[in-house]
Amino acid sequence: MRRLPDRGRVDHDHRVSFTWDGRTVEGLRGDTLASALLASGLRVLGSSVLMSRPRGVVTDGVCDPHAFAQVGTGDATEPLVRMHQVECHDGLVAESRIHRGVLPTGADPDRFEKRHAHCDVLVAGGGPAGLAAALAAAEQGARVVLVDDHPQLGGAVLGEDLILDDAPADHWVRHAEERLRANPDVTVLTRTTAFNVGDQGAVALMERVSEHLAPAHRGGRALRRLWQVRTHQLVVATGATERPLVFADNDRPGVMLAGGVRGLLHRYGLVPERCVVVTTNDSAYRTAIDLVGAGVEVPCVVDARPDPSGPLVQRARDLGVEVRSGCAVIGTDPDAEGALAGVRIVGLDGGAEEAVACDVLAVSGGWDPLMDLHHHVGGQARWDAERLRFVPEGTVDGLRLAGAAAGLVGTAACRRDGHLVGLVAAEATGFGSAADGPAVPAADEEPEGAPADLVVVPGTDPVHAFVDQHRDVTIAGVERALGSGLHHVEHLKRYTLVGTGTEQGRTAKVNAGRMAADRFGLPFAEVGVSNARPPAQPVTFGSLAGRALGARFDPVRTTSIHPWHVAHGAVFEDVGQWKRPWYFPQGAEDLDAAVLRECAAVREAVGMMDASTLGKIDVKGADAGAFLDRLYTGVIGTLKPGRARYGVMCKADGMVMDDGVVLRLADDRFLVTTTTGGAGGVLDWMEDFLQTEWPDLDVWLTSVTEQWATVAVVGPRSRDVMAALAPDLDVTQDAFTFMQVEEAVVAGLAARVARISFSGELAFEISVPMTWGLALWEAVFAAGQPFGITPYGTESMHVLRAEKGYFIVGQETDGTVTPLDLGLDWMVADKEFVGRRSLRRSDMLRDDRKQLVGILPAERLPEGSQLVDDEAFEIPVPMIGHVTSSYESAALGRPFGLALVRRGRDRIGETIYAPLADRTVAVEIVDPVIFDQEGARRDG
Amino acid sequence: MFQIRCPYCGPRDEPEFKYGGQAHVAYPADPEALSDEEWARFLFFRDNARGRYAERWNHAAGCRRWFNVIRDTGTHEMVGSYQVGEQPLDAR
Ligand SMILES: [Zn+2]
Repeated sequence: MRRLPDRGRVDHDHRVSFTWDGRTVEGLRGDTLASALLASGLRVLGSSVLMSRPRGVVTDGVCDPHAFAQVGTGDATEPLVRMHQVECHDGLVAESRIHRGVLPTGADPDRFEKRHAHCDVLVAGGGPAGLAAALAAAEQGARVVLVDDHPQLGGAVLGEDLILDDAPADHWVRHAEERLRANPDVTVLTRTTAFNVGDQGAVALMERVSEHLAPAHRGGRALRRLWQVRTHQLVVATGATERPLVFADNDRPGVMLAGGVRGLLHRYGLVPERCVVVTTNDSAYRTAIDLVGAGVEVPCVVDARPDPSGPLVQRARDLGVEVRSGCAVIGTDPDAEGALAGVRIVGLDGGAEEAVACDVLAVSGGWDPLMDLHHHVGGQARWDAERLRFVPEGTVDGLRLAGAAAGLVGTAACRRDGHLVGLVAAEATGFGSAADGPAVPAADEEPEGAPADLVVVPGTDPVHAFVDQHRDVTIAGVERALGSGLHHVEHLKRYTLVGTGTEQGRTAKVNAGRMAADRFGLPFAEVGVSNARPPAQPVTFGSLAGRALGARFDPVRTTSIHPWHVAHGAVFEDVGQWKRPWYFPQGAEDLDAAVLRECAAVREAVGMMDASTLGKIDVKGADAGAFLDRLYTGVIGTLKPGRARYGVMCKADGMVMDDGVVLRLADDRFLVTTTTGGAGGVLDWMEDFLQTEWPDLDVWLTSVTEQWATVAVVGPRSRDVMAALAPDLDVTQDAFTFMQVEEAVVAGLAARVARISFSGELAFEISVPMTWGLALWEAVFAAGQPFGITPYGTESMHVLRAEKGYFIVGQETDGTVTPLDLGLDWMVADKEFVGRRSLRRSDMLRDDRKQLVGILPAERLPEGSQLVDDEAFEIPVPMIGHVTSSYESAALGRPFGLALVRRGRDRIGETIYAPLADRTVAVEIVDPVIFDQEGARRDG
Repeated sequence: MFQIRCPYCGPRDEPEFKYGGQAHVAYPADPEALSDEEWARFLFFRDNARGRYAERWNHAAGCRRWFNVIRDTGTHEMVGSYQVGEQPLDAR
């Protein structure tokens, strides 16, 4: 296209220079990537996704099916960026990738922010309707947010030659903007798209904060900002978009939407050399009128209607434009690069084709209101068969459509509608009365004639006529889908991909639905279009994530001892949000070597472990014991102060939920410990029952996980270490028995010491306030040196407990395992507790349930290995169980594990098999307690 | 994203809350007196109707109180919130 020196809203005195496919292109300040490329003479943007056909710019806005590009360099590059939203600036780098982009491989160097806001009335769309709505609501006193996705307010006014109040509509727009910007209760956000509407007035906006500027001018600002706004009322004034017509080779670069051609003229001063207009309605006559006014040759307007009339038609005729009524364009002819060189016009009631040369064909098949935001919250639409457009049907609470988005036509009519809707929205929010509101502006508009009902020009070659240009769906493709029995538009969409493009198929969906209706002889109203789903415009993952990346994605929890672990080379494991030492390699040790050494040290001398991450809940109150009795399978209430007891909790369905040791600190106070990952869930579970089932109980729950650091001193020499650390504490077996709890001074610190063992060894768990954890740890490490104390991590802890047959919640259990399956019959007391009734449901009494057993496999098995009965088997083979834990044991000198096996407890001594990819391993079933079955080591 | 009215704190965004399923399904007073079928009904069966539905929410990142909400499952309208122990008719 050609640039007129005195037209458009671009700054003709300011040139900008950017790169397109590696070559330098000049544009003007105010250009978009699309308009600058058109001004440079470029017609073919790239080739289509499936058929590799040349494609060009179709319109002047984001509904364009082809105007996508790769923008940016390095890891800042973004694929499928809407070219009509890319503002040209010096240094902009873009590439022709119109339908398939490339993703960067590294971290995004750009920054994205988030913001929350509240308002009374949010207006989406800054055209005449949106501006009027925002003004009316604001002047009634409402807090208003007005958003528009363009750099300037005005909407359609920017792309048309329109008159309001007997003056160029621009004057009113500037006046309205001034009043809005002067009102402190109004927030105007340009370059901002409302892309999602949720429930209770939740609206998501994406603001382009600095991406329209050259990187050097961004001043450290975020590239984009995600706004999450909670509004009382939402006014959707998002305008309308034009429908194309379907004829052969309608995808040629140069075939454009008629409104887009006007927009390119009025926004950017771009004009064709010679432009044919083809239409079913009056609106496209504006294109002919405006182009002739700009000195462009318009050989004819091709109108499908037999007898077009009305003021716009007359104005065109008065300008000398030939009107070819009762005709349509049936095909187009290419130039050397495949762009438009001419069109072939045919009479709709027959006759010969006539060729007319042109470089642009301006097409109008009617207009579709943009009601996406209305549809996001379940808003319905109805097909108006006379005006051939959708109009909103019914209302959605808190959401009102205004102007062209509501199906209205005409600038003054849209402004009037917006004004009324703004008043009503303000009133609904409690501001003013719509009836007594400011006067309503007039709406004297040129009446439009009835449109012609035309989608596919009869006689069109179906193989080269595109219904969805973005997805390369032709008439033939749609026919094939319909002929295959895909009668529903949602099926049609999924089979052909019609309407699934990056531009959300805005130029395709209605035509596809109307073709389906025609094919089956149904009213289009019954067939409809496929659903509009959020987002209304594409948003990048990076801009949704904002700064919640890397270390800010999720909290990282560490104990006060963590720096020591880091300094001593621990390898860490994530357990929930906690970082726990997994193992402490020495020299070149790998995991297996370190674990064998750590386990041997614990069994033969003494080890130490940071147990601070275990969940801890302080349960206080007169009814604390009774409360815990209702939750644990065992009896807790009989525990004496100074004693501890192991407990298991079930969900109501009888499945094991969590386990841990409960310490009774006083008559009215317990300390419940939970698994590291289960602490939050257990506290929630307790609070739920306390608040909703047993509100009469006198019980208070406090999470104290992060208040206490705990160091476990474990192994036959642990008593010696304790004696050195706490000279005033009698740690002899008679004075300090298993499951005893003592308050004592340890290493000069006020501490709680408990004889708790998760390894079968003599063990002491020392707890001090979290602040003193590191001091305690260092003291234990120092005191243990004469005995060879060895720090160990979670992996050794797991091996040591597995040797003793102790299960781990989430490893041996998976929500389908009861205490009875685990062999914990002795822990299930004869009293009511949550889940008890489930333990005698018929399914729990089945004699073939999977039960926890120990296994001695011939080689170490992968955890999760399936277990079968026979060594020689044919697939499919019944699976009788699976390996839940599998380790190499230092104490046993061999691999071992735990497994859940059908009737496992009755099968101890039998051999079963684990089929691996290339061999089958024999597995002996043994008692879960593999090491120290008599428990001789517990007391040292 | 719902906006949910905590009866203690007022309206807040959904991420502050945890869902608790259908309301007014009490843990049976005497589970042992129930048949397997009656117990299974309590454990596994919940209403799943389109329309007004009484459900439990916990203001987990706020006051941590459990309360009940009447929500329209078809339109997502939040009809009202009320405290544990109150009946749905009390919803305002
Ligand atoms: Zn609350």
